[in-house]
Amino acid sequence: MIKIWSMKKDNAGVDKKKPKVSAAQIRVQKDLGELELPKTMKMTFPVPEDLLNFELEISPDEAFYAGGTFKFSFAVNGNYPHDPPKVKCLQKIYHPNIQADGNICLNILREDWKPVLTLNSVMVGLQYLLLEPNADDPLNKEAAEDLRSNRRNFEANVHKSIRGGSVNGVQYDNVMTK
Amino acid sequence: MADMQPSLDTEAAESQRWAGIYKLLDRSSLIHPKFEPVPEIKEFVKSAKILVIGAGGLGCEILKNLALTGFKDIHVIDMDTIDVSNLNRQFLFRRADVGSPKAVTAAAFVNKRVQGVTVTPHYCKIQDKDEDFYREFAIIICGLDSIEARRWINATLVGMVDPEDPDTLKPLIDGGTEGFKGQARVILPGMSSCYECSMDMLSKPTGFPLCTIANTPRLPEHCIEWASVLEWPNQHGERKMDTDDPKDIQWLYETALARAKQYNIQGVTYSLTQGVVKNIIPAIAATNAIIAASCCNEAFKIATTSAKYLDNYMMYSGNDSVYTYTFQHQKKDDCPVCGQSTTKLEFRGDKTLEELMDYLKEKPDAQMKKPSFSLGGKPLYMQAPKQLEEALRPNLSKPLAELFSSGDEISVTDSTLPFSLQLQIDFV
Ligand SMILES: [Zn+2]
Repeated sequence: MIKIWSMKKDNAGVDKKKPKVSAAQIRVQKDLGELELPKTMKMTFPVPEDLLNFELEISPDEAFYAGGTFKFSFAVNGNYPHDPPKVKCLQKIYHPNIQADGNICLNILREDWKPVLTLNSVMVGLQYLLLEPNADDPLNKEAAEDLRSNRRNFEANVHKSIRGGSVNGVQYDNVMTK
Repeated sequence: MADMQPSLDTEAAESQRWAGIYKLLDRSSLIHPKFEPVPEIKEFVKSAKILVIGAGGLGCEILKNLALTGFKDIHVIDMDTIDVSNLNRQFLFRRADVGSPKAVTAAAFVNKRVQGVTVTPHYCKIQDKDEDFYREFAIIICGLDSIEARRWINATLVGMVDPEDPDTLKPLIDGGTEGFKGQARVILPGMSSCYECSMDMLSKPTGFPLCTIANTPRLPEHCIEWASVLEWPNQHGERKMDTDDPKDIQWLYETALARAKQYNIQGVTYSLTQGVVKNIIPAIAATNAIIAASCCNEAFKIATTSAKYLDNYMMYSGNDSVYTYTFQHQKKDDCPVCGQSTTKLEFRGDKTLEELMDYLKEKPDAQMKKPSFSLGGKPLYMQAPKQLEEALRPNLSKPLAELFSSGDEISVTDSTLPFSLQLQIDFV
């Protein structure tokens, strides 16, 4: 019975497909293979066989955070690109939108993520966060307050913190580019 | 003659029992002018193996409908056990069944209640079964609330299609409900738009901004998200939250409640906590019944060809009275599942990966620009990023036979391809 099964024979559009690899894996391959990283970014793959877990280093060449190298971990799950990649900052840094434990407040990592976005979009977003910290979305409330009330003071705090100094009684990691 | 009697009786009883359905199948249909009432159709309904995925709200309805429509060989697969909160709508379960596997209990209930029907339970994940299992079935009906499980079965069924062998095409009927809304759709893997093609139609619940959760909570949900997203990793380190474990939910509830008190926010309850972290959408029994009825209707029409089947998407809304809208959802060319094209290529195994790459760049119908290659999820060569390109570059000068075996399928991505190309390479 079931006549669609014989009807199907005329349909030339049917290809044989064997998805032994997940759509998420292929999408990551596509995202990465088409990346054109700026000079300020470098990626490392702790396990080169594994494209789903990697690290990104951003070394901004201007603004508050110039001179430092900031490390982020990326973890892509099997539901990518419907789920955003999980991104954490691997160092303790003084930044209004980054928490001491690595959580990042970047809209496209949560509420504004869409499957049309790519890994590149996230990398660009992170770089932007380092160039333009945003006092309105605070994760580190003191840093946000410093940025809002006195930019010069904030700049001095960043300068100190990325060299391993303390700000507001909290010691930050030395992230200066070696 | 005496021993013929019981079988005659059974036969008479049989045809009386299915009289309503046989009225549809014994005469030319008014709905479908080309329908030919041949006796094999009735036999097919009785013998066709139907798989029901999910034995929850939709699954109970689907199993009941199939059994009462004349299907006799029904299988059901579900990994869940019965919770007391299921009992209001999952009517194949009783209070004494709480804690038992849904699939087993549902199968036993239908087997006992509807004579002559055999429901075979599979108490496991759909991912535990392989292609050989799914190949057994004529039609597969999905009544799931998990997007991930649906994507998996969809990709598996699309992947099983072999154009040389019509039996490998398994119609997938997918039902889904969300409160007063629902949808039923017929997916002919590889032919019509698939589940993945329509992923962008989903209104996925998106999280709240992290900074709101961390610093300016206003809603009880903000406090619950704070407990699960920010506090959980602080307190429990690497241990993953088990949203099915009442102890973990209790911890989240207490943590969220303490935060809510601090910010003077009302409304954090245990069940809201459970609802937020498990992303529970309220289930309406009537919505399940309507969507399940539509799914089984399509299964019957496909199995019997007695009427045109749904082509291919029916949206239902019960918000204002009853409203349905049927349309043909279009197959997406760049769909990661059904948009993947597969090509066979004969190539010498002693040629290098670089030579294969050059061939794909020059081949008039391929004309790739910068292809990247992987095998079974592991990269063979990547054009970018630089660090990966350098690490994998040695593979370019290796003969193909050293990198994979004849007949293996490699995944090729390139900016000129809508998604990817699966390339099956046979060494010559
Ligand atoms: Zn598709």
